[in-house]
Amino acid sequence: MRKFRFIEEKFFRVLMFISTNLIVLILLLIIFSILYKGLPSLSWQMISQTPKGGFYFGKEGGILNAIIGSLYLSIGATLLAVAIGLPVALLMNVILVKHKKLINVIRFLLDLLWGIPSIVYGAFGFTIMIYFGLKTSLLAGIITVTLFIIPIMVRAMDEVLKTISIGLLETSLSLGSTHSETAFRVFLRQASPGLVTAILLSFGRAIGDAASVLFTTGYTDHIPVSIMQPTATLPLSIFFQLSSPIEEVKNRAYASAVILTVIILIISILARLYSKRYQKHKINF
Amino acid sequence: MARYRIGRHLRSRLHLIWMMIGLVLVIFLPFILGVGLYIKSKLLLEDQSLVDLLFSSDWRPLSGKFGFLAFAVSSVWVTVLSVLIAGPICLLTAIHLTQYAKGWVLRIMHPVIDILAGIPSVIFGVWGILVIVPFISHYVAPFFGVNTSGYTIITGAIVLAVMIIPFVLNILIDVFKTVPDELKEASLSLGASQWQTIKLVLLRKAFPGIVSALGLGISRAFGETIAVLMVVGNVAKIPTGIFQPGYPLPALIANNYGEMLSIPMYDSALMLAALILFFVVLVFNFLSRLAIVNLEKQSS
Repeated sequence: MRKFRFIEEKFFRVLMFISTNLIVLILLLIIFSILYKGLPSLSWQMISQTPKGGFYFGKEGGILNAIIGSLYLSIGATLLAVAIGLPVALLMNVILVKHKKLINVIRFLLDLLWGIPSIVYGAFGFTIMIYFGLKTSLLAGIITVTLFIIPIMVRAMDEVLKTISIGLLETSLSLGSTHSETAFRVFLRQASPGLVTAILLSFGRAIGDAASVLFTTGYTDHIPVSIMQPTATLPLSIFFQLSSPIEEVKNRAYASAVILTVIILIISILARLYSKRYQKHKINF
Repeated sequence: MARYRIGRHLRSRLHLIWMMIGLVLVIFLPFILGVGLYIKSKLLLEDQSLVDLLFSSDWRPLSGKFGFLAFAVSSVWVTVLSVLIAGPICLLTAIHLTQYAKGWVLRIMHPVIDILAGIPSVIFGVWGILVIVPFISHYVAPFFGVNTSGYTIITGAIVLAVMIIPFVLNILIDVFKTVPDELKEASLSLGASQWQTIKLVLLRKAFPGIVSALGLGISRAFGETIAVLMVVGNVAKIPTGIFQPGYPLPALIANNYGEMLSIPMYDSALMLAALILFFVVLVFNFLSRLAIVNLEKQSS
């Protein structure tokens, strides 16, 4: 009996060890297979040129339109989401901090919103777009992606702000600042590296999501010069190129996947650095 | 001085208004989403009943037939399989990381989980096409004596499982952290081994949390679009086995966005699909989050 127990524990510990390593292995496999398939087709031309005539039949050109389009879209949406999300996160942690029940309700709602699939935001963004008589454009994409990343951003900022001790709030108030001054001057500064992490995470979400922009941004071979023009995005350019039957075009899709993966990896490394910095600068009252 | 004070208070007031507007927007967003999609899908719902639509597999948009059954069944297949694959892996890893693992293992696993969670779904799709599709068509399917292109329900489920692993794992780790150490120490001091403590105290105590973590995994998997769309085959027929192609609801919406504009009823049908997705995900999310909130309340 005793022996059986020992064997049982050993058995499960081996299983646990395997599954933990499996996760690391899968991540390495994903990155390796994308690099292996994509790097040979990656060239300076891919990054520096827009599609030329015959690009979709394997001729000259690159995906600069999609890279720039994705950056415009994600930067626009992230800025808009900060403008709406940051005050909400501050409100929850500075002004409403005493109303525990209300805060919990807001957090619950945000978690629910976070779970809603991006395709639903995409379909909704599409209906808004039609309602306001917009065409598929950078603007429609920015609005949709903003709605999609607000819950992610607010919740991430909230997780940072809630670690700030209440002592800082009390000190600031007792020195005569108003609540909003405390929020925008003291808390904002104290939490800034952590907030940067939250913003970077949302930016990563915005640049990588395809389903929410599928309906709203359209697709074009040109770099947009106004927010009313349609825009290409990286995830969609990968998706479209991959559905081509031509081998060269497919290979370019893999190369585009390398570009997107590298962008995402850079964002996650930056996010980690900033979150380390925040840990260092934390004060405990 | 007096002027400065007025300016200062005005600014405080304006900041407050700004915060309030943001909050109202965030609070009403789910309602606006639901109502917006409902208004668009009303056209079809007034024409045919929801039950008829859900239980018919006749999908011929051009002749006004919108049976969702094939898509709903595909969605359920893919989702359930992916959670069955990801669940045990997440559970074992979460126990390992919270109960056994040393500091350096955690220092490696944290970034690994974060990076995996941050990879865009289209990259998972590309990976699925590069690795999982040939793996299924060359090795797994022939082993079971089936001949397939590799674009099947099981392929979609495997890719989805990998995508929800970081998400479910993070929640499970949080759930295990809510189990008080005193409880485990009491069990250990009574002579139980570590494994017995895990089995009889930790898992039992965390059971509602584990169920809700899986519930959240289900809702995440149910709505995932691009990666699944890329590997699942997209054939509008009720699948009868895991080696057959499927056509889940999100893929249906994503694939037909171009054509739908010309036919109002078609447009309405796709919006209804989005509404169904929204509703199902919301219900799963709501129940699971509620259970997790209760668990956290108990432990604090």
